[in-house]
Amino acid sequence: MVVLRLAGKGRTVAVQPKAASGSLYRGREGMWSWVAHRIAGVLIFFFLFAHVLDTALVRVSPEAYNTVIGTYQNPVVAFGEIGLVAAVVFHAYNGIRIILVDTNTWATRNQRRLFWVVVGLWVVTMGPFIWRHLSHVFG
Amino acid sequence: MSTTTSADSNRGPVVTDLTTKSPYERRTHSRGNFELWSWLFMRASGVLLLVLVFGHLFVNLMTGDGIKGVDFAFVAGKWSSPFWQFWDLLMLWLAELHGVNGVRTIINDYTERDSTRLVLKTLLFLSALLVMVLGTLVIFTFDPCIDPNSTLQQCTGR
Repeated sequence: MVVLRLAGKGRTVAVQPKAASGSLYRGREGMWSWVAHRIAGVLIFFFLFAHVLDTALVRVSPEAYNTVIGTYQNPVVAFGEIGLVAAVVFHAYNGIRIILVDTNTWATRNQRRLFWVVVGLWVVTMGPFIWRHLSHVFG
Repeated sequence: MSTTTSADSNRGPVVTDLTTKSPYERRTHSRGNFELWSWLFMRASGVLLLVLVFGHLFVNLMTGDGIKGVDFAFVAGKWSSPFWQFWDLLMLWLAELHGVNGVRTIINDYTERDSTRLVLKTLLFLSALLVMVLGTLVIFTFDPCIDPNSTLQQCTGR
């Protein structure tokens, strides 16, 4: 908050600065959801490239496919898989939020609240997934 | 009486009399509604992908032995069914086009030089072509009976 004294009027007004330190970026839920959506999207895009190439090994031989898939079956990659699913689930729920914000005036006004709904649903989805995935990996 | 037409003026023709294009439009050629259709595609494919990808992850990671159950026999079992072939084909095409359009937007946002933009977009479109052509070929030319130990009905009945 910045308090301005209007010249000659003898009264003050309080104005909200448009952006911090000259940046175009507004911060808060609106910007950070956009940043997270981008990062998650790019991550999924690069994973898809690798995923199609490794799955293509089924056309080479069963042994080639099983050998490569076998190198993924360790705890380190298992945690990477949790990160991938976390990115997919966030991107999916936040994508629905974007569609709602674009098409519905209530959602546009409440886009910040909807971001926390996305985070909540993301936590609720990831909990059971992580539990089941880790019990497969370490079971 | 109008004073804006060129006929009754000695100040020369009005710009908008010479062309149907608005004088405020600086582009000499239009890209049509490409960006509108791309915006709509992102939303339509996004909703479909939510169903396709969540179904894919649930069946492959949550049911049965989860990630530990994924091997050649697992893939052969799924792709011996036209249902999963079609599911995976649709998912592959929608995900790749959705991803390409997203990365195209990111390249447009951050590249400052025309040459950098051209190089990155060329790589992007070549990688998308590779993924879609290879993926489609793999789904439809896949032979589950290549595995001599296969217990699939269509392989043991040969």
